[in-house]
Amino acid sequence: MTPEEQGEHRRPSLFLERQSYRRRRLMDAARLLPFLGAALLAVPLLWPDESDGTGAVPLSAAIFYIFACWAVLILINVVFGFAARRLAAREKGDAEADTWQR
Amino acid sequence: MSRKVLLIEDEPNITEAIRFLLTREGWQVETHAEGTDAVQVIKAAEPDLVILDVMLPGKSGMEILRDLREHQDMQRLPVLMLTARGQSRDREMAEKAGVSRFMTKPFSNAEVLTAVRDLHAQASRL
Amino acid sequence: MATLNVLILVCLGYVVLLFGVAFAADRLAAAGRGKWLRSPLIYTLSLSIYCTAWTFYGAVGNAARSGLEFVTIYLGPTLVMVGWWWGLRKLVRVGRSQRVTSIADLISSRYGKSNTLAICVTTLAVVGGTPYIALQLQSITLSFSIFAEADPTGLYREGSSVFWVAAGLAVFAILFGTRNLDVNERHHGVVTAIALESVVKLFALLAVGIFVVWGIAGGLAPMMERIDASEIGKWNVDASRWATFTFLSAAAFICLPRMFQVMVVENDDESHLRTAAWAFPLYLLLMSLFVVPIAVIGLDLMPKGSNPDLFVLTVPLSQGNDWLAMLSFIGGFSSATSMVIVTAMALSTMVSNHVVMPIWLSTHEGSASVSGDVRTIVLMARRVSIAVIMALGYFYYRVSGGGAALASIGLVAFAGISQILPALVGGLFWRGATRTGALVGLSIGFILWIYTLLLPGMGGGIIPISVIENGPFGWGWLRPQALFGIEGIDPMVHSVMWSLSLNTIGFCVASLLSFPSPLERLQGAQFVNVFDHSVAPQGWTGSVAQSEDLMIMTQRILGVVPAQEFFQAEAERQNGRTGRLPEPTPGFLQRLERELSGSVGAATAHAMIGQIVGGASVSVEDLLAVADESAQLLEYSSQLEAKSNELSRTALKLREANTKLTQVSKQKDAFLSQVSHELRTPMTSIRAFSEILRDTDGLSAEEQTRYAAIIHDEALRLTRLLDDLLDLSVLESGQVSLNTGDGSLSAVLDRAISGALAGGDGKLSVRRVRASERIQLHTDLDRLGQVFINLISNAQKYCDAALPELTISTHDVGGQVVIDFVDNGSGIPAEAQALVFEKFARVGSDKAGGAGLGLAICREIMQRLGGDIAYLPGQGGAAFRVSLPVAYQQAAQ
Repeated sequence: MTPEEQGEHRRPSLFLERQSYRRRRLMDAARLLPFLGAALLAVPLLWPDESDGTGAVPLSAAIFYIFACWAVLILINVVFGFAARRLAAREKGDAEADTWQR
Repeated sequence: MSRKVLLIEDEPNITEAIRFLLTREGWQVETHAEGTDAVQVIKAAEPDLVILDVMLPGKSGMEILRDLREHQDMQRLPVLMLTARGQSRDREMAEKAGVSRFMTKPFSNAEVLTAVRDLHAQASRL
Repeated sequence: MATLNVLILVCLGYVVLLFGVAFAADRLAAAGRGKWLRSPLIYTLSLSIYCTAWTFYGAVGNAARSGLEFVTIYLGPTLVMVGWWWGLRKLVRVGRSQRVTSIADLISSRYGKSNTLAICVTTLAVVGGTPYIALQLQSITLSFSIFAEADPTGLYREGSSVFWVAAGLAVFAILFGTRNLDVNERHHGVVTAIALESVVKLFALLAVGIFVVWGIAGGLAPMMERIDASEIGKWNVDASRWATFTFLSAAAFICLPRMFQVMVVENDDESHLRTAAWAFPLYLLLMSLFVVPIAVIGLDLMPKGSNPDLFVLTVPLSQGNDWLAMLSFIGGFSSATSMVIVTAMALSTMVSNHVVMPIWLSTHEGSASVSGDVRTIVLMARRVSIAVIMALGYFYYRVSGGGAALASIGLVAFAGISQILPALVGGLFWRGATRTGALVGLSIGFILWIYTLLLPGMGGGIIPISVIENGPFGWGWLRPQALFGIEGIDPMVHSVMWSLSLNTIGFCVASLLSFPSPLERLQGAQFVNVFDHSVAPQGWTGSVAQSEDLMIMTQRILGVVPAQEFFQAEAERQNGRTGRLPEPTPGFLQRLERELSGSVGAATAHAMIGQIVGGASVSVEDLLAVADESAQLLEYSSQLEAKSNELSRTALKLREANTKLTQVSKQKDAFLSQVSHELRTPMTSIRAFSEILRDTDGLSAEEQTRYAAIIHDEALRLTRLLDDLLDLSVLESGQVSLNTGDGSLSAVLDRAISGALAGGDGKLSVRRVRASERIQLHTDLDRLGQVFINLISNAQKYCDAALPELTISTHDVGGQVVIDFVDNGSGIPAEAQALVFEKFARVGSDKAGGAGLGLAICREIMQRLGGDIAYLPGQGGAAFRVSLPVAYQQAAQ
């Protein structure tokens, strides 16, 4: 038996494993996302404010930072939403649907 | 003085045999076939000697003997015990209970007469 | 300048448009068309009732006062939506699979369908919602007043306008929210109208923002410069407030009754969340995008002291852009109306389902045959509830004077409604959460919120200044705004911190200490593991526990007798018995629903059964899930119980066996001495008399004969004993050969009686029932006769009655022929009955001199023959029952 043939044989199971592995990591990411968001939005609390007297962050910069974070979160969610839809479509009739959903 | 023996035995044939033997020896023989009231009967009869069977209806000879020995005036009364069971354990129990002489059935008539004579002689000597 | 009349006309026109949209959407939905009504877009837009007039007007005011702090109100929901995979998805799934009608319903359903809890949540929601509605009324009134100031006609009066606004909103909410009693509490019309309003308010705010940035400031870069140059131009946010408000808005976003209504109850498809997860944060971003610019320009342009809450209106007006101002007004109007309508709907559902209906049902309990139209009552309850809630909002507005800054009322309401959060989150993620825990947590949070935030904030002397400054009764540690002496915290942060943390602690501790009911545990398992075993809500299925609820409900609607008849018929159909309640099978529930709908209408019947069955599909998996915890425990303990029962049974048997063994062993012991005794006794007589005969001289012939006879008798006795012993040993060893023959029972008895009585004293009289004895036997007749002889001679020997009498009777007991021998003596004492069949067991005095082997032999014989002999207790005298072997008996001739 040649190595190529072995590869041929192994590929399907490898593919399935990889797929379910991807799903779980995507799930992890989805769970981490709100924490990422909270962390990003907590950053401004570290900024010096007017009471320090020395160079408080200008409001325009603050606006820029916060809205940028916001937009990033939205974008990630868009991507995740589409990924989730693709997986949801695939998981119909998939035996692993349950483990994925949990 | 007439000597009185009280025979407590539930087998009528054995009673008759002993009565025959002792009467001829000059004993006045009274009999009783129940265990239950034997102690009272003994007290009332005031015999010189008691021949007691072990397996009696109502109350065993052992118990009768034990009860008897609890009474002050009955402690020296000679008691000849007869048993058909004849196990060594019975002899020990009887001696503990304060028996004067222990005999196993079937006995020879001569043995019984000797025992009665000995016991009576001992009792009279004291 | 637009006059007030024009404004009112525009408002009315807008309302008519909304009516039209809602009506058309309802029609489309009813016709099953209009798929776009159930699109993710509509769902996302309906979520934006989160943005109320407070947001529309108040955010700008807030920005003008505190800079970027306003943005926290949007960041919280954004984080919740970003984490939808975790929380909202589960919430929505639970809500749909349990057919939940409101947040109060969800909480009550989770904690074992507790109505107390539902009432608590409802109260909290109404108390928290009232100021919020007042806030909307205030914003509409204020915006009216802006136009009124500029109106030359001067017809505007604030008081009456508030009233009319409130009344108008109530009518709108009643018309749309309670037009029908939908099975799933979904209102496509209202949702569509709200979606439209969302578009309008976003459009309006964006228009004002664009006008401000590009129309007034002259572009993005100059705008940024103006922002930095303004009085709020530096980052200046209190960290605790920033964190608290973000958290608070996130909590409120989930807990607000109106949010729950659109997010969970009105949700058509779980997958809509996927879109809303990014689309709604985007909406919020757009809504807040121009808030700071508008605030900065407002601060620049408007005279000192003008209300920053109204910059959205006043800035365009000041620039003479009436139509933009009008659009902005419509945007604010949209925000207020949509919020009020949905809130009123959600609250009225809660009030009617958890307060009015239970009261109505319990007050009508007495009159047995109530057959009233529950449907009308539910709808009426909702309409009245809406009116009452709006009236409460109106009066709150009138009492509070509308003076407080808009934003603070909103935050107060947020803090109040957030008290539900621990019970909600705990209920969704922690199976150990109990009803008691939820009640304790909610109560603590509710009381602390009222004491530390609502009452001090209301002003008007509800809490005297002295109490706020020195605490009640001078107890400094109970000061509402510095609990436990911790001072210097922002009052809002202070209240949220104490109320929510003590709420959570109370919830957890009480949950840990209390024990949930089975229903609670079942619901808990269903909620927490909702993804494991719920696909979609289907037909009615229920658990047995609900049968009683159903029965009670049906009694109240149909009347006691018809309801019981119906349930009994159903029970008979199910198990063929009438004694028990029927299982709530889907079929039964459908029939019950039909039965009820004949009296109260289909939708109500469905809703009412739904209230009880909860739409809960209590599947095998659910039960298994509970088994994880409770059933396993139960099983374990029942196993233990079974084991210990078994053990004690075994121990009892062992004890019995031991007792018997000891007795038997004693008897074995006794056997030897018995045999010895039985042999020695006759031998004693034989020896004594033979010696007398040998040794005694001069015995009379009479005496000689007598003593020889005694010797003879005793020798015979000895022989008999040896025969018996031999007989028994042969029988016991099983080596006996049976001599089988045919004959009638009565003949065997005849022979036995004559044989037994022949040697006796003739005192015993035997009574027989000859008719019953005509039975043909095929057995060892001699052996059977031996048994009979033994029994008869026993009676002869031992019966101690003055006139001894033996009754022999034959019966058929369960197809087996038994012959009873009963005498009229004193019988055998109970403790001896077990032993009578043992060898040498003689009872009492053995006057007759038997060896005590007779009954033992009888038993052996009967067992050899395949029958039995037993003592028959309780017959007065001694009684023995001989059971004939089944195989050997034949039919009577």
